[in-house]
Formats: sequence, C-alpha cells, structure tokens
Amino acid sequence: MNVPLKEKKLLEVKLGELPSWILMRDFTPSGIAGAFQRGYYRYYNKYVNVKKGSIAGLSMVLAAYVFLNYCRSYKELSESLLDCFASGGVSPDRVGLVHRLI
Amino acid sequence: MNENLFASFITPMMFGLPLVTLIVLFPSLLFPTSNRLVNNRLISLQQWMLQLVSKQMMSIHNTKGQTWALMLMSLILFIGSTNLLGLLPHSFTPTTQLSMNLGMAIPLWAGAVITGFRNKTKASLAHFLPQGTPTPLIPMLVIIETISLFIQPVALAVRLTANITAGHLLIHLIGGATLALMSINTTTTLITFIILILLTVLEFAVAMIQAYVFTLLVSLYLHDNT
Repeated sequence: MNVPLKEKKLLEVKLGELPSWILMRDFTPSGIAGAFQRGYYRYYNKYVNVKKGSIAGLSMVLAAYVFLNYCRSYKELSESLLDCFASGGVSPDRVGLVHRLI
Repeated sequence: MNENLFASFITPMMFGLPLVTLIVLFPSLLFPTSNRLVNNRLISLQQWMLQLVSKQMMSIHNTKGQTWALMLMSLILFIGSTNLLGLLPHSFTPTTQLSMNLGMAIPLWAGAVITGFRNKTKASLAHFLPQGTPTPLIPMLVIIETISLFIQPVALAVRLTANITAGHLLIHLIGGATLALMSINTTTTLITFIILILLTVLEFAVAMIQAYVFTLLVSLYLHDNT
C-alpha cells in the first residue's frame, strides 16, 4: 500500500526521503503548538495518567528540568572555570566546585 | 567565587529571548487538571492537599471573603511550587526577584484595602486608631498606623525575597566550603556536609512556610477588610 510521504511517521520514512519529509512538516504556530500538545499528552498518558502511577512520572520531568538548567548555565560555569585556570593552578576539587550540584 | 555566588540570581536569557517566562510557567505543568471523579494518583494527591489547605485557610472568612478562595489557593500553590523547584540544582527561582514579589504583593494588598474602603468605609478608617488611646497621642498614632498600613505590601515582598535568597546563598556557600575542605581535613568535611544536609531540610521547610505565610497574611488583610 502506498502511503504518501506527508502522512508517514518518522520511523517509517526512509533515510533518503528524510530532508523532504522534514520540509513538509507543519511549521506554522498552530502546527508547532499542536506538536507540543501531542508530545505532552503522549508523556502524560503513558507515565502519569495511569491507575498506579509512581514517582517516576514526576521525577523524569524534574530530572529533565535540572538537565536543561545545567545546559543553560554551562557557559557561565565553564567561563568561571577558565578564570580559575588563568589565575593559577587548578585542583580537581576546583572543577567540581564550579560544576557543583547546587 | 564571589561573582559565581550571585550568578544564579541573574534573570536567565538565551540569545536575547526571555527564558524566565518559560521558567515561571513551568510549575503549571506539574499540576494537571482533570474532569473525572476518580483521577490518577498525582491529581488525587494534589486535590486532597488543596482541599486540606483551602478548608484550613478559608474557614475564617465570611461569604464575601470566600470569593477570594481561588486567588489565595493559586497563590499558595504558585509560591510553594516555585520555591520547591528552586531547590533543584542549577535552577532559577523567580521568587528571589524582588520585582516579581512586589508584583504579587502590591495588587493583592491593594485589592484587600480598597475593598475594605469601598464597602466598610467607617470600619476601615477606624483601623487607623486603636481603641483606648490617650487623646494627646492620637495624631502621632494615626501617622504610625498609616505608615504601618503602607509598609504591609513592601514587607510581604521583601520577606519572601530575603528568606528565599538568603537560603539559596547559604546553600551555595556551605556547599562550596564542603568541597574546598575535602582536600584539607575529612572530619571537618563530614561536619560541614551534615550542616549542608540540615540546611537543605530547613530550606524545604522554608519554601513551604514562606508560601503559607504570604498567603496567610494576604488573607488576614482580607479578613480585616470584608
């Protein structure tokens, strides 16, 4: 059965067709909002909206939040590390101090 | 080290775009809504907690005051969740910004006071003079009571900002001290680490208490004025 390229899911698209598939995606604001909504409900219905939901559903969201915040502040953290390198010797403790878990 | 300490209180921007909007909106993701009678565990827990808090907090008000129930419950949920999320590593806490807390405190306080002045003018004006003051003291006391009224929103905002900021700074400092002490003396490191653990527990408590205090005071101002 021949499914048109526009309606194929990502895992069904062949590697050669990938650029044209990406270009055919809906990049309008309502399209992007729809994508976020679908992603949210996929996660919610799989991990949270179940009869015996556990702490993992919430923890994964918080872990992703921590990770995103670390990515956001990575530049600043590594710049202060460079200052340490410039000012004198750096011990392994100093590295941990800058990228510390707090 | 000093610059590093205050770096976590800068408003986060990325490529000139305000990331802080997303961070402020993030706690709302953690409170899903549902139309069902029997919900999943997350929503059931949140509904139970919300009922507990709202019954405890709105019981002192009359009918007119209880129309503020939605506002006060959203307030305590927002401040509580924002403070608790700020305890995660590397995260940004919007309630450390005085601008945000003033933006919450001033409209709520002003709403309560203006409601009081519109509906119970005599009683609201009577609040400026406590009962049984000696006559010579009256002018001074009216001035003092006016000042104490106008300082309420500032106190609300500054209390929240100072508590949360101070807690975060302490955690940064003691955490840095623990790491720095590791290569010098292990026993001291252990003691400092235990202090850090206790401080973190305190911060969890402070996060929730501050939310409670903020909301309670707003509700008290409301109670005086309805």
